[in-house]
Amino acid sequence: MLQEMVFAGFGGQGVLSMGKLLAYAAMKEGREISWMPSYGPEMRGGTANCVVNISDERIASPVGSMFDVAVVLNLPSLHKFESVVKPGGVLIWESSTIKEPPTRTDINVHALPAIEKASNELKNVKVMNMLVLGALVGIMDIVKKESLIVALEDTLPKRHHKLIPLNEKAIELGMSLVSSGA
Amino acid sequence: MSADVRFMKGNEAIAEAAIRAGLQGYFGYPITPQSEIVEYLAIEEPKHDYVLLQAESEVASANMVYGGAAAGARVMTSTSSPGFSLMQEGVSYIACAQLPCLFVNVARGGPGLGTIQASQGDYFQAVKGGGHGDYRLIVLAPNSVQEMVDYCILGFELADQYRTPALVLTDGSIGQMMEKVVLPPPIAYKPNKPWATTGKPQDRERNAITSLYIESEEMEAVNNELQAKYKAISENEVRYEGYNLDDAEVVLVAYGVTSRVCRKVVDLGRDNGMKVGLLRPQTLWPYPTAAISELADESRVKLFMSVEMSAGQMVEDVRLAVEGRKPVHFYGRTGGIIPTPEEIINAIKAQL
Repeated sequence: MLQEMVFAGFGGQGVLSMGKLLAYAAMKEGREISWMPSYGPEMRGGTANCVVNISDERIASPVGSMFDVAVVLNLPSLHKFESVVKPGGVLIWESSTIKEPPTRTDINVHALPAIEKASNELKNVKVMNMLVLGALVGIMDIVKKESLIVALEDTLPKRHHKLIPLNEKAIELGMSLVSSGA
Repeated sequence: MSADVRFMKGNEAIAEAAIRAGLQGYFGYPITPQSEIVEYLAIEEPKHDYVLLQAESEVASANMVYGGAAAGARVMTSTSSPGFSLMQEGVSYIACAQLPCLFVNVARGGPGLGTIQASQGDYFQAVKGGGHGDYRLIVLAPNSVQEMVDYCILGFELADQYRTPALVLTDGSIGQMMEKVVLPPPIAYKPNKPWATTGKPQDRERNAITSLYIESEEMEAVNNELQAKYKAISENEVRYEGYNLDDAEVVLVAYGVTSRVCRKVVDLGRDNGMKVGLLRPQTLWPYPTAAISELADESRVKLFMSVEMSAGQMVEDVRLAVEGRKPVHFYGRTGGIIPTPEEIINAIKAQL
């Protein structure tokens, strides 16, 4: 099965690393993967996005026009990607800063106050992206949480490994928020 | 030993492949979207023996490659479209001087300074000769991060084998994307280049490398030698990949990242009852002319369509191969836009 996903938000919110970590974790589970970033003018101050494909078979196109999953962390990204989620697909949106909720009713919409939760409960807004990733794997079961931890261990420089427990807490908080119906 | 599997950007992968191929000299000038290549090589440089030099311009990079190759070293440069234009004088000189080396063009949208987004608008420049005179480059077109590795190594090998410059023509999307890649073990590069200008020992005549032949007869003899070499390359080094061509009525022709999108078009088309197949040139020169020509003879084949991120360049080579036997259509986007499978399907439908 092929899962086509897009992650989008402001530069600095960690959307590119979120996608990278998910792709790496899937690779570690033996799946085929591709990660395609936006690297254009967007990245220089505006919105950034990346497209992640995970599949059991060789991945044809690393880009797509319709997605099974869209994760949007700011309003321009919601405007850009709400319409390109496949019917029946999943849309996760950052509900503590985006003040115009999505309107589609043929997709599974998940409001996630990730920024607020990361600031208040983890006292570190930087791990907001990990919280979102936790929510995504909580909803979709794309990779195991353990694979994400392995991915952090493999990709973070050693000097940052002390931050892994905090990231793990963020992933767990994200998972618990969706299981409790947040 | 277990396989060395990594998750890498295309640019990082080609740099790592060059190191493993026994790179001895890299000369380059940064330009988006390929700067990770020189960045990666700069980070790795202390652990290896190669020379890494940031030149003052692309003109200088190409001529430093000329010098390194003349001395018999395994050398390369990388750049993106406007930078490759600046290198063309050097490329022509290197081709005439018959020096093995590797160029990498991680192409971006043009013409002009253009955009930093991916493009295939440099096809003519790569395969028809961007510099002056009758020369050819061996042009390899990867469509995945894995092939960035494989074709980097292949490019070095073919360059040595034929004493001619090779070019990896890719684009910003493949340079920037990350995929799983299996890295080969490093090779111990032992060049066998008796012609190289390494200093004159007692037991042989002086070696000289030049691209200047003032006497017409001499210049023609060099041209004949080059053409004989190009003929051998054309006969032996054509590479392409077919996908669902056996019963195809619509034959898509695409290379690089566009061929990835077209692979999806083939699957989508077949889900909708359209017999679509894909021929993907892996070498852009020499071109898989014979393979396309054979398909043009098949009565089931209704049409060809070249899909490119250009205003229509490779389509000319498809037409030369088809020789009027079947309609040859074109679909392309420019400006750094990668066409979507849906718009390609619609373009096919419009011709059926």
